[in-house]
Amino acid sequence: MNGVVLRVDALHKAFGGVQAVEDVAFAVSAGELLALIGPNGAGKSTCFNMLNGQLEPDGGLIEFEGRNIVGMSPRAIWRLGVGRTFQITATFASLSVRENVQMALYSHAGKLTQFLSRFGSELRPEADALLAQVGMLDQAERPCGVLAYGDLKRVELAMALANQPRLLLMDEPTAGMAPRERVALMELAARLARAQKIAVLFTEHDMDVVFSQADRIIVLDRGRLIAGGLPAEVRANRDVQAVYLGSGH
Amino acid sequence: MLTRNRLLAGVSALVAASFALPAAAQDTIKIGEMNSYKVFAAFLEPYKKGWEMAVEEVNAAGGVLGKKIEIVSRDDNGNPADAVRVAEELLSREKVAFLIGTFPSNVGLAVADFAKQRKTLFIAGEPLTDKIVWDNGNAYTFRLRTSTYMQTAMLIPDAARLKKKRWAIVYPNYEYGQSATAAFKKLLKEKQPDVEFVAEQAPPLGKIDAGAVAQALADAKPDAIFSSLFGPDLAKFVREGSQRGAFKGVEVFNLLGGEPEYLDPLKDEAPVGWYVTGYPWYGIDSPEHKKFRDAYQAKYKDYPRLGSIVGYSLAMSAVAAMKKAGSLDQEKLVAAMSGLSHSTPFGNVTYRPLDHQSTMGAYVGRIGLKDGKGIMTDWRFVDGKDALPSDEEVRKMRPAN
Amino acid sequence: MSYASFVIQLLNGLAAASSLFLVSAGLSLIFGVTRIVNFAHGSLYMLGLYGAYSLIEALGRTPLGFWSAVILAALAVGLVGVVIEVVVLRRIYRAPELFQLLATFAIVLVIKDVALAVWGSEDLVGPRAPGLAFPVEILGRRIPAYDLLLIVIGPVVLAAMWLLLARTRWGALVRAATQDREMVGALGVDQARLFTSVFFVGAVLAGLGGALQIPREPANLDLDLSVIADAFVVTVVGGLGSLGGAFLAAVLIGVAKAFCIGFGFSKLTLVVEFVIMGLVLVMRPYGLLGKPPATARFGEPAPPLQPPRRWPVVAWLVAFAVVPLLGDRYITVLMTDIACFALFAVSLHFIMGPAGMVSFGHAAYFGLGAYAGALLFKKAGLPMELALVLAPFVAGLFAVVYGWFCVRLSGVYLAMLTLAFAQISWSVVFQWDELTAGSNGLVGVWPSMWLSGKPAYYYMTLALCGLGIALLWRALFSPFGYVLRAGRDSPLRAEAIGIDLRAFQWAAFVLAGTLAGLAGAVFAFSKGSISPSSVSIAQSTDGLVMVLLGGVETLTGPVVGAAIFTWLRDTLARETEFWRAALGVVILLIVIVFPQGLVGGLKALYARWRPA
Repeated sequence: MNGVVLRVDALHKAFGGVQAVEDVAFAVSAGELLALIGPNGAGKSTCFNMLNGQLEPDGGLIEFEGRNIVGMSPRAIWRLGVGRTFQITATFASLSVRENVQMALYSHAGKLTQFLSRFGSELRPEADALLAQVGMLDQAERPCGVLAYGDLKRVELAMALANQPRLLLMDEPTAGMAPRERVALMELAARLARAQKIAVLFTEHDMDVVFSQADRIIVLDRGRLIAGGLPAEVRANRDVQAVYLGSGH
Repeated sequence: MLTRNRLLAGVSALVAASFALPAAAQDTIKIGEMNSYKVFAAFLEPYKKGWEMAVEEVNAAGGVLGKKIEIVSRDDNGNPADAVRVAEELLSREKVAFLIGTFPSNVGLAVADFAKQRKTLFIAGEPLTDKIVWDNGNAYTFRLRTSTYMQTAMLIPDAARLKKKRWAIVYPNYEYGQSATAAFKKLLKEKQPDVEFVAEQAPPLGKIDAGAVAQALADAKPDAIFSSLFGPDLAKFVREGSQRGAFKGVEVFNLLGGEPEYLDPLKDEAPVGWYVTGYPWYGIDSPEHKKFRDAYQAKYKDYPRLGSIVGYSLAMSAVAAMKKAGSLDQEKLVAAMSGLSHSTPFGNVTYRPLDHQSTMGAYVGRIGLKDGKGIMTDWRFVDGKDALPSDEEVRKMRPAN
Repeated sequence: MSYASFVIQLLNGLAAASSLFLVSAGLSLIFGVTRIVNFAHGSLYMLGLYGAYSLIEALGRTPLGFWSAVILAALAVGLVGVVIEVVVLRRIYRAPELFQLLATFAIVLVIKDVALAVWGSEDLVGPRAPGLAFPVEILGRRIPAYDLLLIVIGPVVLAAMWLLLARTRWGALVRAATQDREMVGALGVDQARLFTSVFFVGAVLAGLGGALQIPREPANLDLDLSVIADAFVVTVVGGLGSLGGAFLAAVLIGVAKAFCIGFGFSKLTLVVEFVIMGLVLVMRPYGLLGKPPATARFGEPAPPLQPPRRWPVVAWLVAFAVVPLLGDRYITVLMTDIACFALFAVSLHFIMGPAGMVSFGHAAYFGLGAYAGALLFKKAGLPMELALVLAPFVAGLFAVVYGWFCVRLSGVYLAMLTLAFAQISWSVVFQWDELTAGSNGLVGVWPSMWLSGKPAYYYMTLALCGLGIALLWRALFSPFGYVLRAGRDSPLRAEAIGIDLRAFQWAAFVLAGTLAGLAGAVFAFSKGSISPSSVSIAQSTDGLVMVLLGGVETLTGPVVGAAIFTWLRDTLARETEFWRAALGVVILLIVIVFPQGLVGGLKALYARWRPA
């Protein structure tokens, strides 16, 4: 494993006196896939939203490549080299698949303020290369509004890779997909990340996906990290079993 | 499918209608008329009946210049821009001889300016604004109706005679109300220098909060009130004010308050004792009015409103102008209008060469009750020529033609 | 103002708030469940007044007659609401967002002419409330007993509605649907019946609000539009879907107006509610008691936008260019209007379609552009050509200021903030006599000699408006335009790929405002005069109708909509006396036959009939 890309320390967030995230600390390295799991309400989304800039933490440190990004806007964080996908896919429904990816590429290249030139004439090969990577090139002309859900997830992945991120944040990447598709999508993401040395942090409900794809796993419960380590270690952890199975006492 | 075909047929008929050039009939003279029929329906329905009757009479008597006349009427939607477009349509497509009509001040002024631009005669019927003949007057525009200034001036003798010191004023917040108020203050101050204006309320037209306004006026403890409200605003003001005792021991003057259009809806709540300008159609027994009223009632089974008088007289002015000019040439028509004198149900009127204002008068009186309906009592007719400022003053206001 | 008058004005304000609350509560309820911006709600209020008047005449001026008439009138209006929902609106729930607004606009036109035909043009002053026609003395001042009753009725209805919503199954469904419309479908509830019942209750409230005004207000034909604007303001200030908020807002606005009058600032009543709305929305983007909507957009996602094909555009341009050669001067005049309105509609479509920011106050820029042109020409003495060129930038400057606030909101709240700015502009134009000549407007705004012929001016209009439309269309297919469409589709994703969406939306606002200003300036010089009606709600509504009529999801829709609407109004007004009803019926037919707007519908037809 190479150097640390994302380092989180002593992260805190409370909503009206309720501690949603408390003293959370972890790190992700380049090319590593770290899964953040935990039952509903454990604080995963809160944690995620602080990382991507949508929520400001009450305290703690979030370092991306050695730089503190607490208080930065989602836009600024993206510009540093952080890509993300959403739990419920967020793509531009009225634009074609290729245009969606080109949008991200244009933004990365700072070409969006052009006012009179035709959109889509530039960065087409780059867009097609990204689409080829996720296996969506054959559907490049179709509007996103008509795509199947699994295909949308792949378009999102291509968009997330457009700014050549060193860190990829994936919130429930396989939510809403058929079981067989889930593993396939995560395999794809893992393969691309490892090849490009991207650090990946993802949350996931599907334990098959988590245990087959993650390099390491951390477990969140009621705002606190209760376990962390290699998949086999986590699987064997009694606290984790208690949280997930509701038994063990 | 049937309905779709029918729809198509209907649409094509409409398309055809809008593009077909109307055949220029040789045996009629067309006069273009436009008004805000839907926006000011209460006044303009009787108005339309008035000019329709006039056209019938004129044609029955053989028409003008050997031809029958026809008034081509359009709705201007109460919007100056629409009015200018409609005026253009009347002139270029209907080939009307000239233009008459309009109601609100802004429409009247826009059409007047258009008439100047197109060098076409325009006789404004109803707009009350002083500006149409004075500040914004032009060579091609004439106005029939007794203006805001004139009607206000007609109330001044009574107002001054009462020697009331503290006056409160309420008016609809637009041109008509503003100029009525300005004229009233100026004229009363001239007659009675020690007068004090203690409160002024300018509610938006058609949206008066009558209770609050009546209360605010009463709080100023005025001896008298001058109002230029009309329509629903007036009805609300009368009801709220009398329920709250705002008119107790206070003399009230209300411009236009005696016009049947605005007085009749009040029924038995008509505010007795108010000084108003208006139209006591039931009491005017001059031969010209009697003839008009009988004909109107026979034709429509309804009594005439002030709008009927304006519509009828306006059409008669148009006819008289053509007769006098002996031609439809614009310059000859304009020359004929200047100083034109003809008979109306309100007696003879003359379009003054000085400012193109007609000398049509108005009735001034007080409101009374009879059989549960508001009427005008103690009324007298004031000739328009006696309610106008001096020629000197008019010349100062009116730009050189 | 003494203590006594202060108290009395407070009571006056509370009495005025009562009916306003009833109307707004109905509007809020209907919007909450069906997401329909019911433009016809003021017409239902007006019918309540007329209905109560007639029923009192029939049942007698006794307390029993009066109160039965009020209740029967409210119920009858409720039935009218049911008819509107079942006959018209039910057919178009799946249409693009806001399309239903077009249908309710048409219903306004129809109801107005029906009321004219049934009740005539004369104002109908109803009786005072029998048994309550006496004043009550408070602190030495008199206030009608009926006003005190009204003050009580407002909270009573609020409480009744609250019970209905909190304690019944119907209420639970309404609350659920207000929060999440999809969920109600998922619960297996008969959506059609729920909507119909909501329309009934909403219409009853509007009818009741109207009927209760009978002792205070004559039934007349201007009530519909004067009430609807107030009701929208109250609903939005309170927070959409919140009855308590509507009550609070009605009281706030009613009392503010009474105090304006009491303190001697009666001229402010023209605009005070819009100032309040602007302030509230800037500080609380979802109104006083409103909550952020669950999802910003309803219905199907927008389809892709196609760039116009070249040959039809060229064909149209040629067709436009030969018009003056037909020799009918009036067609040239009408086409000049159409060209101005086409640019106006395209500029509105630019922000409300692809950028997803609906404006209810786009006339602000049209009118301010027109006034800027007229003032630069008349007051500043600039040559007409220069005034015409500079005017759009003045409108653009206003868009810079207004837009900065507006792009911070979304959905109906954004739309209502644009309306607030437009109304504030209107009231300034309407009252600043020294500069704008107040209600009269400015006259003598004629073009230079070389443009004074109708064909010459028409060609200039065609060139300027054509260039304006071309610029906007071109921008839509540039990276800038794609950002706007992307931001409408998913603001979340736009932000996540580093786009500062608000900045782009602000720029779009300014661009659209500038070109609307150009349309207005060209329009002003074609008419020779300009009046406050060019800044009015009616002008804004016309723009919306044009865009929706043509089809908000197509590019050429707004142009076709502008042409059809202008032409229809001109033709119908000439051919029939009841032209408003005729126009309303034609729009309703179009709405029902082409729920995607004219161009959208024709495209669908073409796609179906085209040989495969």
